[in-house]
Amino acid sequence: MNYPIPPGTRDILPDEMRELRVLSTALLETFERFGYGEVWTPTLEYENVLVKGDARAAGASYRLFDEHGQVLALRSDMTIPIARLVATRFGEHPGPLRLCYLSHAYRAVTPQRGQQREILQAGVELIGAEAPAGTLEAIEVMCAALDAADLPRARIGLGDAGLYRGLLEGMGAGNGSRAGAVLSALERHDFVELEQRVGDLGMSERQQETLVALPQLRGGPGVIERAVELGGADVTQATQRLREVAAGVQERGLGDRVIFDLGLVRDLGYYTGAIFEVYDPALGHVIGAGGRYDDLIGRFGSSRPACGFALFVERLHVAQAEEERRGG
Amino acid sequence: MSEPLRLAVPRGALFDDTLSLLDSIGVDSAPLRSDSRSLLFPGPEVTVLTLRPSDVPTYVEAGAVDLGITGKDVLMEQQERVVYELVDLGYGHCRMVVASRAGDRFARDLERRLGAIRIATKYPRIAARHFEQSGRQAEVIEVKGSVELAPIAGLADGIVDLTASGRTLMENALEVREVIADCTARLVANRVAHKLRQSEIDALVERIGARG
Repeated sequence: MNYPIPPGTRDILPDEMRELRVLSTALLETFERFGYGEVWTPTLEYENVLVKGDARAAGASYRLFDEHGQVLALRSDMTIPIARLVATRFGEHPGPLRLCYLSHAYRAVTPQRGQQREILQAGVELIGAEAPAGTLEAIEVMCAALDAADLPRARIGLGDAGLYRGLLEGMGAGNGSRAGAVLSALERHDFVELEQRVGDLGMSERQQETLVALPQLRGGPGVIERAVELGGADVTQATQRLREVAAGVQERGLGDRVIFDLGLVRDLGYYTGAIFEVYDPALGHVIGAGGRYDDLIGRFGSSRPACGFALFVERLHVAQAEEERRGG
Repeated sequence: MSEPLRLAVPRGALFDDTLSLLDSIGVDSAPLRSDSRSLLFPGPEVTVLTLRPSDVPTYVEAGAVDLGITGKDVLMEQQERVVYELVDLGYGHCRMVVASRAGDRFARDLERRLGAIRIATKYPRIAARHFEQSGRQAEVIEVKGSVELAPIAGLADGIVDLTASGRTLMENALEVREVIADCTARLVANRVAHKLRQSEIDALVERIGARG
């Protein structure tokens, strides 16, 4: 007899579950150590509430009707539910507020690509802490969590959600369809097309070179200096926020764990400043992500700066196993 | 210190030019030239794997290789795969075209009378997108080979296919009606490798840019 389960979901049996439990506990204990209190929110939310946070409900893909005909959605991340929770339950809290979670999120999958519909995320949200101090705290917690997961080779990619758009605007490309085509090429990581589209903007040769070279700069803190050398005042302005975070990262001695990435983009609309991706050399996929979302909680009526990240627990586990295999 | 970069190269039409490229950037292609049965060729700096062109994005996206070379046509057809497209390598130039039987009154007449055009192709997603974007209805029929036969046998009204010289089309009495895109070979990278092995990848890209 064969009773299938939907592709992209799976049963977890005791041997794997034991290891996942150890990993999850280590992550939660790290968050608690930094003063983050664990919260749960419902798996199902009203769709119109999620949409308030992000026009696409952060990519929520599964919807159903309740007995009153209301549209419910399976959450696709924890940031919007926590923004809702903070605005409604902690509306008067003076902040900063430190919350963490270990929760499932749900995403659509493309068949046969090893994607999961149900993703276990461990993460934190730091609410009421401005950039760069709040951002730096998030990076510090992330580093500690990766240590707790025993992934010393993991690195945090650090970029800025508004950097490239700001650079285009600073150069006078504005919000037109040509600038949009350049941004779209960047979002698809297509540097060949990016170069062609930059050519359509009618910029000076030096500006074109800057627009093509800058998003390919990634590495140690030196890349930000290189970017400024490349593009002068335009780049100085566009990289202001990133340089502030970079200085703090160096001060806190986390420079070795961070890859500064001037071309980093995340596909969620609510990010406003620093954005993160987490990588491990043992895995070809991103194992965590996050960023600043200073406007999001305000959409639920209680404006305050915030940032957070989520680590993808099953992928951390795969990276652990792969690191062990390579090491031993 | 670290293990060699893994590079996937496509067997087939792009293979010879790719081997010349490897030679010009200092990766010895002699083992690939002399041994057609092996699939994996270890080297000091770069380990080369030979794959079907359409499998290259799969390996790159999953991180099974750090870098890959394949045609833009393949990348367009597998647009949803997350890979970093780094360099237009310039060789393997082809056009993705809509073609139909010479002399046929194509498309407009058929669409007017039948509501849709039947298109046979090995590139169902490129074809569907092209007709969608140009506001026309098309019934896309996926075939695995000899696409030129489809309009002759009456399976389809037209085809979407890749053509280099146009000779195969001509031999089958087909004419190009629309050009969808120009395609060349591209160098793509896995997103994690692109960050974690930045200096090695940038050095390789620079050598590619500096070649004669």
